[in-house]
Amino acid sequence: MDAVNPLTEAAPRGGAPIGSRVRPSRRLADRTLRIACLLATIIGAVVLGSILLMLIVEGLRGFSATLLTQPTPGPGSEGGGIANAVLGSLILTLIGIVVATPIGVMAGTYLAEYGRGSKLADLIRFLNDVLLSAPSILIGLFVYTLMVRPMGTYSGWAGGVALAIIATPVIVRTTEDMLRLVPGTLREAGAALGAPTSRVIMSVTWRAASAGIVTGVILALARIAGETAPLLFTALNNNSWFNANLMGGVANLPVMIYQFALSPYPNWQSLAWAGALLITMAILALSVVARLVIKTERAR
Amino acid sequence: MSASPAVSAPLSGRSQANASAPVRIAVKNLDFYYGTFHGLKNINLNFHDRQVTALIGPSGCGKSTLLRTFNRIYSLYPEQRADGEILLDGQNILDPKVDLNELRARVGMVFQKPTPFPMSIYDNVAFGLRLYERLPKADLDLRVEESLRKAALWDEVKDKLKQSGMGLSGGQQQRLCIARTVAQRPEVILFDEPTSALDPISTGRIEELIEQLRDEFTIAIVTHNMQQAARISQFTAFMYLGELVEFGPTTRIFMNPEKRQTQDYITGRFG
Repeated sequence: MDAVNPLTEAAPRGGAPIGSRVRPSRRLADRTLRIACLLATIIGAVVLGSILLMLIVEGLRGFSATLLTQPTPGPGSEGGGIANAVLGSLILTLIGIVVATPIGVMAGTYLAEYGRGSKLADLIRFLNDVLLSAPSILIGLFVYTLMVRPMGTYSGWAGGVALAIIATPVIVRTTEDMLRLVPGTLREAGAALGAPTSRVIMSVTWRAASAGIVTGVILALARIAGETAPLLFTALNNNSWFNANLMGGVANLPVMIYQFALSPYPNWQSLAWAGALLITMAILALSVVARLVIKTERAR
Repeated sequence: MSASPAVSAPLSGRSQANASAPVRIAVKNLDFYYGTFHGLKNINLNFHDRQVTALIGPSGCGKSTLLRTFNRIYSLYPEQRADGEILLDGQNILDPKVDLNELRARVGMVFQKPTPFPMSIYDNVAFGLRLYERLPKADLDLRVEESLRKAALWDEVKDKLKQSGMGLSGGQQQRLCIARTVAQRPEVILFDEPTSALDPISTGRIEELIEQLRDEFTIAIVTHNMQQAARISQFTAFMYLGELVEFGPTTRIFMNPEKRQTQDYITGRFG
């Protein structure tokens, strides 16, 4: 390469190919990083894809006419379904979300609206973050000590409460974050009309943040729908239909999958696959709904 | 040097300041603090009934701060504090016993950015009405229409009252906010740079509107736009670094300011 006088040759001369001034080492670094990123993406996608593929293939094999009509079969018996586990999961998740939503939304509202700058709010926010990342088996044990032991029996109520404890910090966090995104001028405008703070919160800020709050609740729902650990110590399982009052073990998908997958019976194993596929599809559907809610809100 | 022609031209033909109009708001020895920062220093100023008073001055001079004391909206923020007296029809509104919500129903406010609530156009206007009055549906409808008419928005929205207020254009949203404020029949309306987020045509409509609203309401407006102050106000207060430098009829402030700082600001030598 000819020596170039930087004073006279500052600008690239016409005719030189674009990029010819880029040092080869840089070009190499650029290409290496690009390939590394691409490889990592492929590895991740392949792993996820193979899990899903296996789940779909095995899960569909486990589907039968009786899957959603019959309860789980006893050891050694043929056929059967997972109807009791599906219904149990729906009930437990419902209890969890019904308990967690009002507490979570109210607490998130306190943090974002009333507790701004207060030490108490900072403390609550910190504890909530701790709870958010607490191992879920710990929450199972906590509810076991709190409810199962004193009541002397596993129960759907204990399972629902354990799920609620997991869902609450998720809802608190998203509610606070979404309310913080509401511009302060909107609150001022409400106050400037002579509306008390409670009124501004209920008719203005909640409304402005509603899509975000609903999304948080849906994501919390998706989170607890697949939880196993907190249910092992609380709702446990039940190989037949559970009691209407939810006392005693309540069948549910995650624990059913856990127990049946580890069993030596082929029909139990294939029911576990079918249950796993079902629960994955349900969580996928919830995530899609959450995305749609956000999308329609943005479009508004 | 006298005021520039661009500023003085719009003054002609406008109604003159009426200094004998009764005093609606009297500010006496007002100091304001943001935490330890002394934001307003010993302000004394009168706002006359059914006159438009413009607050002008460079950014950070305290004009918005002053405006925000009249409905005590600053008290949303615990670290902000006002000392002194602000008499609204003779009553000191800085008295802790004053009911803030009642005060704010009497002293309305329109903000820099349009702030429509996430609800229908109708519900936006009815929001303030529903707070303190229990009106039958027919009366509520009438008040909403009356307010939208006063805000020069009725013809544009009368067929879509049920649609969201967020779907309107910026200028329409700002007029919706004015309608919402007017609906409460306040005595005073505070405008905090109401047109700085709007295009010139929307700005023109809002200015015409303020001119009309003066028939009924006492108006205080903060503006960065000196031509606007000259066009729409009868009185002007020039503020600088938290102090009131000069106050008087708008024509005099712009044509014949007494203070050097005022003259420098309105002729664009600083600001």
